Amino acid sequence: MQVDWTIYLTFLGVGLIMLLPQESKSLIRWVALVTGVAALLVALKDYFNYNDWVNAQISAHGALQDGFTQIVNVSWIPALNVKYHLAVDGISYPLIVLNGFVCVTGILFSWNIENRVKEFFAFFLTLIAGVYGVFMAMDLFLLLVFYELAIIPKYFIIAIWGSTRKEYGAMKLVLYSFVGSALVLIGILAAYFAAGGQTFDILELAKHPIAPDVQVWVFPLIFVGFAVLAGMWPFHTWAPTGHVAAPTAASMLLAGVVMKLGSYGCFRGAMLLFPHGFEYWKWWIAWMAVIGIVYGAAVALVQKDFKFIIGYSSVSHMGFVLLGLATLNLIGMSGAILQMFSHGIVASLLFAVVGRMVYDRTHTRQLDELGGLAKVIPFACVTFVIAGAASMGMPGFSGFVAEYQIFVGAFHMHPVLALAAGLSIPLTVAYILNANDKVFMEQDPPAGDSGHGHGQEESGDSPPALPPITLPERVAAMILMALLVIVGVYPSIMLNMIKANVQLFLRGAP
Amino acid sequence: MPVPYFDVLKGLGAEVVLTLTAVVALTLDLVSVRRAEMSVRSRTIGTTAVVGLLAAILPLWQQFNSPPTVLLGGTLVVDDLSVFFKLVIIGLAVITVLISMDYDVGRHVGEYYAVLLFGAVGMMLLISAEELITIFVALELTSISLYILTAFHKGELRSQEAAVKYFMFGAISSAFLLFGLSYVFGATGATSLRAIRDAVKLTAGLGMSPLLATGLLFTIVGFGFKVAVVPFHLWAPDAYEGAPTPVTAYIATGSKVASFFVLLKVLYVGFAGLEGSAFWGHFSSGWTMLLAVTAALSMVLGNCAAIVQHNVKRLLAYSSIAHAGYIFIGLVAATQMGATSVLFYIIVYALTNLGAFGVVAALSSRAGGDEMQNFDGMAKRAPLLSLFMLIFVLSLAGIPPLGGFFGKFYLFAAAVQRDAQHFGLLWLVILGIFMSAVSLYYYLILLKHFYVIDGADHSPIITPTYLNVALGLVALAVVALGVYPKPILELLNSFSYSVVAGWVH
Repeated sequence: MQVDWTIYLTFLGVGLIMLLPQESKSLIRWVALVTGVAALLVALKDYFNYNDWVNAQISAHGALQDGFTQIVNVSWIPALNVKYHLAVDGISYPLIVLNGFVCVTGILFSWNIENRVKEFFAFFLTLIAGVYGVFMAMDLFLLLVFYELAIIPKYFIIAIWGSTRKEYGAMKLVLYSFVGSALVLIGILAAYFAAGGQTFDILELAKHPIAPDVQVWVFPLIFVGFAVLAGMWPFHTWAPTGHVAAPTAASMLLAGVVMKLGSYGCFRGAMLLFPHGFEYWKWWIAWMAVIGIVYGAAVALVQKDFKFIIGYSSVSHMGFVLLGLATLNLIGMSGAILQMFSHGIVASLLFAVVGRMVYDRTHTRQLDELGGLAKVIPFACVTFVIAGAASMGMPGFSGFVAEYQIFVGAFHMHPVLALAAGLSIPLTVAYILNANDKVFMEQDPPAGDSGHGHGQEESGDSPPALPPITLPERVAAMILMALLVIVGVYPSIMLNMIKANVQLFLRGAP
Repeated sequence: MPVPYFDVLKGLGAEVVLTLTAVVALTLDLVSVRRAEMSVRSRTIGTTAVVGLLAAILPLWQQFNSPPTVLLGGTLVVDDLSVFFKLVIIGLAVITVLISMDYDVGRHVGEYYAVLLFGAVGMMLLISAEELITIFVALELTSISLYILTAFHKGELRSQEAAVKYFMFGAISSAFLLFGLSYVFGATGATSLRAIRDAVKLTAGLGMSPLLATGLLFTIVGFGFKVAVVPFHLWAPDAYEGAPTPVTAYIATGSKVASFFVLLKVLYVGFAGLEGSAFWGHFSSGWTMLLAVTAALSMVLGNCAAIVQHNVKRLLAYSSIAHAGYIFIGLVAATQMGATSVLFYIIVYALTNLGAFGVVAALSSRAGGDEMQNFDGMAKRAPLLSLFMLIFVLSLAGIPPLGGFFGKFYLFAAAVQRDAQHFGLLWLVILGIFMSAVSLYYYLILLKHFYVIDGADHSPIITPTYLNVALGLVALAVVALGVYPKPILELLNSFSYSVVAGWVH
């Protein structure tokens, strides 16, 4: 079984769940979990095979000759020469594995959903399958198909199972993504015909030089179209409202993988095909990324809602990805790719703490109403501290490896860029510590806040009674934390293949 | 010249079968089941109609893959393309009959199905017609059947108003069309489409004569009414809302397919050489420019007006105005790819809308109305039909991997391909793509009522199995056309050559 089976297995899971009766809720959960785990195992097996292969190639030739593993390439719609072309390289593998992990842990964190379980997991797995597809599609048309397949389930997941202005958040998110994909669609059509109307295949289009003046206007269409989903400032406003409205698993998916769809699309769809266009616009992109980084962190600092803090922190961290990509040097771009993985894990973990561990128990996310949870649910506190540390870029966690490289890359591009982006470091530390303080440490809620009644008004030492952290939550959180540490301590498990492929990209190979 | 009656009857075998079936349905209702219960009558006559429609496939099947026949000196043409689309019409009519059998159409059951079949005959003649007078007569046969069907809710004011409005607009549009066609005849001295093309070619270098220009303009205005594009769309929302829902489905699908098909032929065959240019910055007079402007208006107005609707049928009416705009983009391309894309899209569009109206018909009669609120919480009450609705509505919105996505993509690709060096038609495509992003908003609002909002009533809705199966097949077709469009696309592409054989470029 090759890695494309992740897509088919996940769709199979959707089909199975559709056939099960509505009432057998736990069976549906188990089917979803088994599907997710099976897909993850397939992905991991191939990941390590590929990793070994890359290491062997590097020790034999010093560098990669061709980074892609072709999986399947058959004609799909001959009228437009659309092909069903799946291939993977060292840039898509980390993201595929990330998707697998977020899927499994997302299912575990959704174990307590009781309302319309069948539909929830059907939509959830459809989204996952779409994301797997995007990370493997090597045909622009196919990529767009998978991309939009991942957009629509989000609406239903958020609008049905969400909270806090859920219908507004869901609609805003979907319309932003859809307008983004509309831009991409225009760009794709233009690219297709500018390259002679022969192929949508990314690898073939990359060999076909497109006229520079066309590149200059087509590149921003595709880049911005995808960057909307990556949360690029000033198109990020869907992200906080969407994240806040979404149920836990959906926030994890949104911040964890869906935003990566955007940045991955920017890389694969825009940068690869339009080098000249990218050269033309890169300063704009870099500065918008820096604004996003600092702005996201600053706004996160003043939020009153726990989930909004994490939502804006995602905007800030995704800014690093775009900044890293814009540097166009080995270290910066490798950092960007690693940051996609790292932020995927960190954001999933943070949203799990906020949405599942805290909100599902206390039914509030207002910082002022929370407090002293460290004593009540210590596991949540530990998880938050670890995820927060990774988010700040503490050495030993994956976030450090990624962001450090991006800073170095940005410094090479222009020192002022790195300095400006560096403003976010103290801000990040501040908002994480502030949230930690307000939610987990401070005992007494501020005066005038009685009546919200979640046990805290009986001031004193007796902790409010909250349901304990369940086993699925613990398992899922442990998996994610372990990943942060493994990649943080032993980054070459991922960085080797990323670097080898970025090198290929920088040499001008597709 | 003696008329070869036998050849004509043979060439129009399917139409003959349907006409006979209509007469049988009328007689059967009058003679044997008039006193029976309503449901029995509806079932009996409906089944008769379905049998007749299926029987009509037989003569068509024999004509398929055989050399094209030209009847009455080019008046009617029976080739693979027209046979294929007649089959499409029969398929749409069968589903419409099945939807109707589950719906209260009033006391005049026999007349209802007979008129429905006459409408199908009109549409099929329209597909075969390649001569102006025949086109007009077939169009009238179709339209008049539809006026009558629209008024079938005799007790309901809404239905009456719709029928009168539809009739008035239809009559005026017929007048426009006839006026235009007569000018075309005056300018070219021919009524056969191919003869018109040849006459136009003779004067190609001289520019368009004012007589011909007037004829062209009025012809397009007349067809514009029939396919409901802005600014000739005013009848559509009222007619769609007021007509019995199965009839709405029929108007929105069967008659649209036939009208678009004949419009394609009139423009691509008859007016080849008069297309002018709709390229950005290089506009010149001709029908592509007229179509480009109406396409733009339809997409903008249809989509924006749909946003504020509360009635599902009205919403779908505005959405179909917008879709007529998308289809016009394909017509504007004026290439073989454009023709293929239009043919493909009208099939997808018809199936999708038929399914959507079918679900609305089945559910609204049981949920007490066709306002949006009546469908609250349908996902729990009727999970299967709601799933179908999800597929149909997302296909209308153009979400992959459904038929609507690929259809729209192909329309847009066809438009960009024309003048690809300078991206002359990209402006229209950009507008179309952004308007489909707008459309996603109201489609999601519609789905929100089905899936997100919880209704007051939780009682499950049971629909007859034959209807579920029929709508399920339509849904399957919509998915299949998106996932694997290759076979149909290649078939249509091989047919569409006959339409564009006369192009100069």
